[in-house]
Amino acid sequence: MQDFGAAFAEAFRLIVTAEPALVEIVLLSLQVSLSAVAAACLVGFPLGAFLAVARFPGRGALVVLVTALMGLPPVVVGLVLYMLFSAAGPLGVLGLLYSPAAMIVAQAVLVTPIVAAMTRQVIEDLNTEYDELLRMMGAGRARSVATLLWDARHSLLTALLAGLGRALAEVGAVMIVGGNINHVTRVMTTAIALETSKGELALALGLGILLVAMSVGLNAAVMGLRGRMAHV
Amino acid sequence: MSERRFAAHGPSTVDAAPAARLAGVRVLRGGQALLDGLDLAVPGRGVLALMGPNGAGKSLTLRLLAGLVRPDAGRADWGGAATPPRPQVALVFQRPVMLRRSVRGTLAHALATYGVPRAARAERIAGLLRLGRLEALAERPARRLSGGEQQRLALVRALGAEPRLLLLDEPTASLDPEATAAIEALIRGATEAGTAVVLVTHDPGQARRLADRVAFLHRGRLAGEQPAESFFTAPAAPEARAYLDGRLLL
Repeated sequence: MQDFGAAFAEAFRLIVTAEPALVEIVLLSLQVSLSAVAAACLVGFPLGAFLAVARFPGRGALVVLVTALMGLPPVVVGLVLYMLFSAAGPLGVLGLLYSPAAMIVAQAVLVTPIVAAMTRQVIEDLNTEYDELLRMMGAGRARSVATLLWDARHSLLTALLAGLGRALAEVGAVMIVGGNINHVTRVMTTAIALETSKGELALALGLGILLVAMSVGLNAAVMGLRGRMAHV
Repeated sequence: MSERRFAAHGPSTVDAAPAARLAGVRVLRGGQALLDGLDLAVPGRGVLALMGPNGAGKSLTLRLLAGLVRPDAGRADWGGAATPPRPQVALVFQRPVMLRRSVRGTLAHALATYGVPRAARAERIAGLLRLGRLEALAERPARRLSGGEQQRLALVRALGAEPRLLLLDEPTASLDPEATAAIEALIRGATEAGTAVVLVTHDPGQARRLADRVAFLHRGRLAGEQPAESFFTAPAAPEARAYLDGRLLL
């Protein structure tokens, strides 16, 4: 217990003094996860909106697939990307394995279904309300989708934050394709796993506290947005 | 209303022709005919009130005239066209749909959708805010307005398209007298500017105040159609007579 107490004290010291090793890991985590979420939103928002308003054969199956992919096991994504990016794999020539870029791809693959599925649900609900009005106004498909996306902006931000939460907390896939290399691909979750296995709890605890703080901050932001949305 | 509006579709031979026409229209739902052999011509000017008991098919008729429902049999046309010209045929719902935007943002979105050039929008928005007496509420979220204010916004949003045909589904249901008066003033203004109006109402007083003609629907059919003055003094259809006498139409 004394050791744990000392580890907590050291963890807070690392945070308060902005220990360079800790800051480096946090910044890389944010860089990877924010990039992955940006890529996921670029694909997920239009894909979700398309699934919400378009009617075509196989749409139902595609909606089920996208929704099911929300629960995609990260280690499986990591394994598949590892095979794709390894020297013998079809994308080996890109030399992405064990790089932050590979980690961004892995997280984007995991987050895109979350963003797309949440976008589809939000836009579909809103379209039920707006459809006849927009038809009466003579809005074409593109104008309707733009209207729906803009009016659902607060809910879509919620989807974005949910995706960011998933990306920041993810460990399996980035461990496999990133390799957890010090100063190169070590992010908060993989560092916590490594430091804990070594029995070096101070850095792990410091990163853990920051990760939980980020998670709480994100959820507070989501709740704040929902509250604000109720007034618009 | 603006001069431009008259130039676009002011008094002319076009206005003499019906704004829309339903011929032998039948609409089925679950094997049951909700409208059956309905013939109705909407005059090119003035207010046509659609009256009748609940379930007579008034709102469904309005949605047919809006082009939101296709007939299972018969024909609907708008000045000879098989589809309604958008947004020249406008429908204001009983419970208006409000976008998640401010009042000003709602009108800006509408004008952009109608294809009004960006440079002309600010002036048009100011005019519509004045028309709906919504200037003081311009920056308020549309969904936070009262029922009467939302209905005024929905009406001026529709009028922003300078419609030839305005379809109103009980626009003052559940509104207080002041709010009702404001809505009726907007409707009068629209008709004076040359817009043909079809008004579904349960309120004979409102029909007396606004309508030029009354069409009475009963069980999915047109029971009678005549000038408003004579409708209230000597209704031709026995069903309309019973309705105005306050008898239940079973």
